[in-house]
Amino acid sequence: MTGSAPLVSARGISKSFGGVEVLRNVDLDLMPGEVHALLGENGAGKSTFAKILAGVHRPTRGTIELGGKPVEIQSPIAAQRLGITLIHQEPISFPDLSVAENLVIGQVGGKPLGRVRWAELAKEARRLMSLLNVPIDVTVPMRGLSIADQQMVEIARALASDSRLIIMDEPTAALTPKEVETLFTIVRRLREEGRTIIFISHRLEEVRAICDRVTIFRDGDKIETATTASLTDADIIRRMIGRPVADYLHRGTSHVGDVALSVRALTLPGRFENISFDIRKGEIVGLGGLVGAGRTDVARAIFGVAPATSGVIEIDGKPVTIKEPTDAIGLGIALVSEDRAIAGIFRSLSVETNITAAVPKRIAPKGIIRRTVEKALAKESVEKLSIRLASVRQPIGELSGGNQQKAILARWLLAEPDILILDEPTRGIDIGVKAEFYDMIGELAAGGRAILLISSELPELLALSDRILVMSEGKLTADIPRAEASQETIMHAAVPRSGRHTVSGAAA
Amino acid sequence: MNSIEKSPIPATPPRVIVREAAAPRPRWQVWLIRPEVVTLLLLVIAAIVATRLSPFFADLGFILESSTYYIEFAIVALVLTIVIISGEIDLSPAAQMALSACLFGTAFKAGAPIPVAMGVSLLSGLVMGAFNGVLVTVLRLPSIIVTIGTLILYRGLAQVLAGDKSISGFPSWFVGIDYRMVGIVPVPVLIFIAASILLGLFLGITIYGRQIYQIGTSEIAAIHAGIRVRRIKMGLFIASGLVSSIAGLMVASRLGSVRYDLATGGELTMVLIVMLGGTYIFGGRGSILGTFLAAWLLVIIATGMTVANIAINAQLTVMGLLLIVSIIATNAIYARSQR
Repeated sequence: MTGSAPLVSARGISKSFGGVEVLRNVDLDLMPGEVHALLGENGAGKSTFAKILAGVHRPTRGTIELGGKPVEIQSPIAAQRLGITLIHQEPISFPDLSVAENLVIGQVGGKPLGRVRWAELAKEARRLMSLLNVPIDVTVPMRGLSIADQQMVEIARALASDSRLIIMDEPTAALTPKEVETLFTIVRRLREEGRTIIFISHRLEEVRAICDRVTIFRDGDKIETATTASLTDADIIRRMIGRPVADYLHRGTSHVGDVALSVRALTLPGRFENISFDIRKGEIVGLGGLVGAGRTDVARAIFGVAPATSGVIEIDGKPVTIKEPTDAIGLGIALVSEDRAIAGIFRSLSVETNITAAVPKRIAPKGIIRRTVEKALAKESVEKLSIRLASVRQPIGELSGGNQQKAILARWLLAEPDILILDEPTRGIDIGVKAEFYDMIGELAAGGRAILLISSELPELLALSDRILVMSEGKLTADIPRAEASQETIMHAAVPRSGRHTVSGAAA
Repeated sequence: MNSIEKSPIPATPPRVIVREAAAPRPRWQVWLIRPEVVTLLLLVIAAIVATRLSPFFADLGFILESSTYYIEFAIVALVLTIVIISGEIDLSPAAQMALSACLFGTAFKAGAPIPVAMGVSLLSGLVMGAFNGVLVTVLRLPSIIVTIGTLILYRGLAQVLAGDKSISGFPSWFVGIDYRMVGIVPVPVLIFIAASILLGLFLGITIYGRQIYQIGTSEIAAIHAGIRVRRIKMGLFIASGLVSSIAGLMVASRLGSVRYDLATGGELTMVLIVMLGGTYIFGGRGSILGTFLAAWLLVIIATGMTVANIAINAQLTVMGLLLIVSIIATNAIYARSQR
């Protein structure tokens, strides 16, 4: 790495959005054949910097040299022509087109009126997918694929375009440990081929496993660039948040009360079957498993979004009927949904409207909205959860992901639930805010609430849960007490005995 | 039940990070850059041009009188605005107007007293609206297709019921609602103004209004927030049917007769008014104020062109262009505020 000229040399990059400077005077060199991590909290500027390289944003000031020549990256297409590819955080695909067709979308150079050679296209697609070592049928529509598989297709698409610089924005967020391992194998091979990879992730263990150097951003400034090995995790976190972070260690079960939620033989054909478990007041029950194991479906059934066809739900020992979310809310259940962008926020509406959405009776006891009450409730929530915003009247879409998630949690806390279901509550949230969330979840349980925590992050499950349930292919496969829980015991129960996931690759 | 007051969330040490959220736009921008402002601007321009074309336009009474032809559509457009904000659409109101008016006429011919016949008409509006609502909310069919279907169905039923002949001979107290005045304001215009205020308040300050915007912004998020989406949409379709039957009766009164082809093509006028008022076709944004202003814009342009002796097909061209311009403006403004 040393001695060779940098592939990308960015000098004095600044970027403002509507008068707000989100990136200030950033200098950064990227070497050929290195995996370079960009770290920082949400809003620190790392994604903005990556998007400037990928032509999504234009810098307000600053210059970029690519291979020693100054370039202006006008658009994502221009970036691709220069050999720069951005792999999006959430797969952007065309759900009704086949995998093979999705693979060639965005490739430059096709003739507008050229005939599509389907056989060649499928052959090329198969070659690309075989590079990834993921058995995906390239002729099926994207719609049928899991999020993880869609992500793999996205990565294959970047490989297809033969890029010199590949930017991966949280590529592992939806992947299973085995798939992460596969991805890393690919990343290592790309590095050997002399390509440069920018790797954006919140997971330090992954950064440590794959990245040669890290650059840490905070509040729009570049704090430091260093080799990964020269920094400890604590060093990195301190630089990211500018203050020491309290370890989010499990605080132990304070007091566990009566059974709050009891589920018996819950079944929704094709999604999950025969699910039975209890959650007691004051207890945090983790629900682990691979993506697509049916965890979210169980949560949605309990909350009435897509009710189960058979089985019994009891609350405080009494059987209840939940046909729609309104019923669930009336019974004191809240669900913080996995998909914040679609099932959580009202993007163009104000933060206060978003926060008070689940408590119409509190803001409008007689049907007419009391603006003062609404504003007071919203402001109170903003302070309690330290939601960072400019005004409660600004559209929630203008907030960072972590703060949007806090607003959704605030919405449900206003509803004063007895049973709180959290589905991937910290996905895509930076470490500092994550720690705040862990504190909140602990406090909520200590306050006597029953909490069901669905998470794909094993350290998170292990740190917070009093008990961990594991699902695999729609069935409950384990109920692990805290004392016996470990990454291995969870993965052992999570990995299906048949199908393409094998036990060997699961320990990550 | 534990309140959050009892289990306080520990506040993290305050940090001076304001950059996590983009700065809100200045208040004057939020107020000024709205589709309703575009509508108002167009209205002022149209009024000035029209006054130049003909001195009649300086006379408020003339404008109010000439508005009665459009005012029934404008009243329905108010409810249609709310339907569109909720993310649905109803293209059947004009056909509902015809069928409910024909039922009124048929009931009257069959010997029913006028109040009973009116009751029949209003009831039919409820039923037709509910039928649309069931197809959309229970069978979960797309409202645009459903209401194109019922548009044809209701119009067809009206023709089956009333044949090709007009039904008339209503008592004189029923006929001529547009000639009843309060001061210089015809009664239908008064009804329109009253309905605008009521529906504007409904949408602006009640919890249902709020929830309608939320449903239109993201139906899935609304369902997850416990908003009774299907019930509210059902209510909106029923309201659309009811207001259509009221508008149908107003037409019957104005014309003194009913026929199956009453209000033919009216659905397009209604959609035109709603779109001119800056309501977003994909739901979640829009206002009664916009529709109110757009109705007057339409009145002034249509009468202005008639007074200026512009041929009817040229008038259609202008209306079409106007619709496209308004949609471009609306979209540009919303795209801007999306960022």
